[in-house]
Amino acid sequence: MSVEIKAVEIKPLRNTFTNVAELIGGDKPASRYQEATLGVQATTNMHYRPTWEPEFELFDPRRSAIQMREWYDLKDPRQLYYASWTIQRAKEQETQEANFDFVESRYLHLSLPDDVKKLSLDVLLPLRHAAWGANMNNNELCSRAFSEVLISPAIMQAMDNLGIAQYLTRLGLLLDEPEVLDAAKAQWMSGEAWQPLRHMIEDSFVVRDFMEIFLVQNFVFDGLLYPLIYDRFVDDTLTSRGGSAVAMLTSFMPMWFGQSSKWVDGVLKVAVAESEQNKALISQWTTTWRDRAVTALTPIAAMAFGNSQETMMNEVIEQFNARAKKLGIAA
Amino acid sequence: MDMKATKKKLGIKERYAHMTRGLGWEPTYQSADAVFPYDKYEGIKIHDWDKWVDPFRLTMDAYWKYQGEKDRKLYAVIEAFAQNNGHLNITDARYLSAIKLFWQGVSPLENYVVQGFARAGRHFRGEASRVACQMQAVDELRHYQTQAHSISNYNKYYNGFHSQRHMWDRVWYLSVPKSFGEDALTSGPFEFLIAISFSFEYVLTNLLFVPFMSGAAYNGDMSTVTFGFSAQSDESRHMTLGIEAIKFLLEQDPANVPIVQGWIDKWFWRGSKVLALVGMMMDYMLPKRVMSWKEAWEIYAEENGGALFRDLARYGIRPPKGWADACEAKDHLSHQVWLLFYEYGGAAAFHTWSLTDEELDWLSAKYPDSFDKYYRPRLEFLRDKHARGERVYQGTLPTLCTTCQIPLCFTEPGDPTKISHRETVHKDEKYVFCSDHCQEIFGNEPEKFVQSWLPVNQIYQGNCFNPDVDPTAPDFDPLKAVLEYFKYNLGRDNGDFEGSEDQRNFAMWRGQASKN
Repeated sequence: MSVEIKAVEIKPLRNTFTNVAELIGGDKPASRYQEATLGVQATTNMHYRPTWEPEFELFDPRRSAIQMREWYDLKDPRQLYYASWTIQRAKEQETQEANFDFVESRYLHLSLPDDVKKLSLDVLLPLRHAAWGANMNNNELCSRAFSEVLISPAIMQAMDNLGIAQYLTRLGLLLDEPEVLDAAKAQWMSGEAWQPLRHMIEDSFVVRDFMEIFLVQNFVFDGLLYPLIYDRFVDDTLTSRGGSAVAMLTSFMPMWFGQSSKWVDGVLKVAVAESEQNKALISQWTTTWRDRAVTALTPIAAMAFGNSQETMMNEVIEQFNARAKKLGIAA
Repeated sequence: MDMKATKKKLGIKERYAHMTRGLGWEPTYQSADAVFPYDKYEGIKIHDWDKWVDPFRLTMDAYWKYQGEKDRKLYAVIEAFAQNNGHLNITDARYLSAIKLFWQGVSPLENYVVQGFARAGRHFRGEASRVACQMQAVDELRHYQTQAHSISNYNKYYNGFHSQRHMWDRVWYLSVPKSFGEDALTSGPFEFLIAISFSFEYVLTNLLFVPFMSGAAYNGDMSTVTFGFSAQSDESRHMTLGIEAIKFLLEQDPANVPIVQGWIDKWFWRGSKVLALVGMMMDYMLPKRVMSWKEAWEIYAEENGGALFRDLARYGIRPPKGWADACEAKDHLSHQVWLLFYEYGGAAAFHTWSLTDEELDWLSAKYPDSFDKYYRPRLEFLRDKHARGERVYQGTLPTLCTTCQIPLCFTEPGDPTKISHRETVHKDEKYVFCSDHCQEIFGNEPEKFVQSWLPVNQIYQGNCFNPDVDPTAPDFDPLKAVLEYFKYNLGRDNGDFEGSEDQRNFAMWRGQASKN
């Protein structure tokens, strides 16, 4: 039996805002995601040109070579808005925090075999700078993007990247003395294995096309790095050698990558399907940056996997190519 | 195995440094100027970004924890408000005009600065300053979205909320905050920071945020006031960023002082003009009033701001140029703006009305030096006309100030009977201003301000009609066509509160909810 509480019912005059109604096929009840996001960015009658980039309007789709009849088609399948994002991350950080506590309280970080600990620090700690680079790129994406469906997830993604850089920092501080962070930074700056990666990331900092930034960082870099490092290196290699504590300390990352991939795939799929021209450009960007990223990750794979580096790299590339193909990208 | 944890314990400051500034690096494959192309052209000199003092030390895990907790509570209230017809608990449907003004004119600014802070959060060379800016960027996203979700419920039942986004880009009075926001966003990153974080968030926020949120509390608006309380801790962080930013810039190089002073002059004045809308809201739109605009100005601007500028004097900073004029205006500002909107009530997407004797008495008591002498007689005259069935609506278009874009309705300093009016000729074109300070702002950046999209001028040029209208048709009604371009529901969004649909519906629904 159901219990029905009666409340005074008043018939509303309308269901949602007109900027939302225009994008969901009429005045219908709209979700929180839709009311937070759809049609929100200003589009016309802008007052002044940016002093920092007078060749464009303040809000200007021409900041990308990708063209969309309707930019609001590039929706986030996760339907994240600030509250759902921060509440979800709050839960996830609670799990991650519990993992840190668990490892620390049972001294698991001290019982790591020395070679495993060294390998973990060697591979993972310089990556806090790569995560910071991702943060820079997603801030750039947020500030340059056209349409709120990109702006809003971009800043959340940027903050996620910062969170990841900070989790890696905490991992270093837990496993060893603070000096390991300096050592890792020295590797990042001049260690031979890290230079192709740093070079590539610095080159991405001067990309100005916001859709290219989106693709380079969130699809290509993350799409190769996360499966290589967190699935294969941390979860397989380290775990099989007694390093499951490291997997606990980084459990946030592969989980997060799975979520963010949904956003990335959702956006790219629609952008590719929009036109042959978009498809060609996205395919070209993907090929160029993928090949670059493969070269950049190869020395790190050598460090992480030794003899099996080629197999690992090939698996990751195959996985990435299959994902691209599914999105309609010819790369 | 050695199980002793003999590790060095890091202090909070050191630990936080590893979590932020330790993450960045000096690029070598690309030049730093290519990676950070925007932080030099304004002339600000930074010698050592490491001198930036973190205004607050919040890592992302803690940020998510606090913010997640806050939003769980906030959304429970928003939900309950919607479920229980919370809108019927407000003091009076006239209060809705205050919320309409906030949603139309303030919320879009929250959204604007998301991109502004993301740009600063990407383009300053110092990592620590970037992290502080990024957190504000995502906070501002929160503020816009929580406002959209709170106001969503009002939009379902009342007019004037439905096309906020469309109106923002077009409506005459919304070009005041829009041009303010776009001026800040199109500036370089340092000016943006001084404009928003210092001048607005630090000096003026208590005159914007507090009046609206207190107004909500006094008038039974549970939804808005809960948002207000929830945003308070974010706002405190934003204020500390503002004060840190200015001190940092001033300490880095003496050559920064005159540049920063110029920005303070400009943005204090521009901010005080945007706040004219708040003054009107406080004195006229709240059925249950919190305090007068003048009282708020005296506490938050004169006392707090005065102390702030005394503190900044050691850096060679003086109070903003427009300070004395802005202080003098506290006796007049809200009345002049209300009269403007009352007379242009046919073209505003919120309601205006005639005040009761009790309300006029309140204003007389709060403004002993100005109200009875200059404004009460006019308000009573307009009320009498309305009572005779001759509600005054201005049909002609006003002249707008090129800088602040407010119609010329303010009076000369020292003479409240004379409309203040200035003119500048720039490249053979005449530009009109409301004040010396707006004129000076134009004079300092004419290339920027000649671009102003002035709604009245655009209407005259025929740029504010929907594409399908024919201005040459014999029955063409230009005013109606413009209001349609604004996406007004004519007769429902605009005009006097008396007889409005909002008034009728609120009375009917409240009756349904409280009587048998």
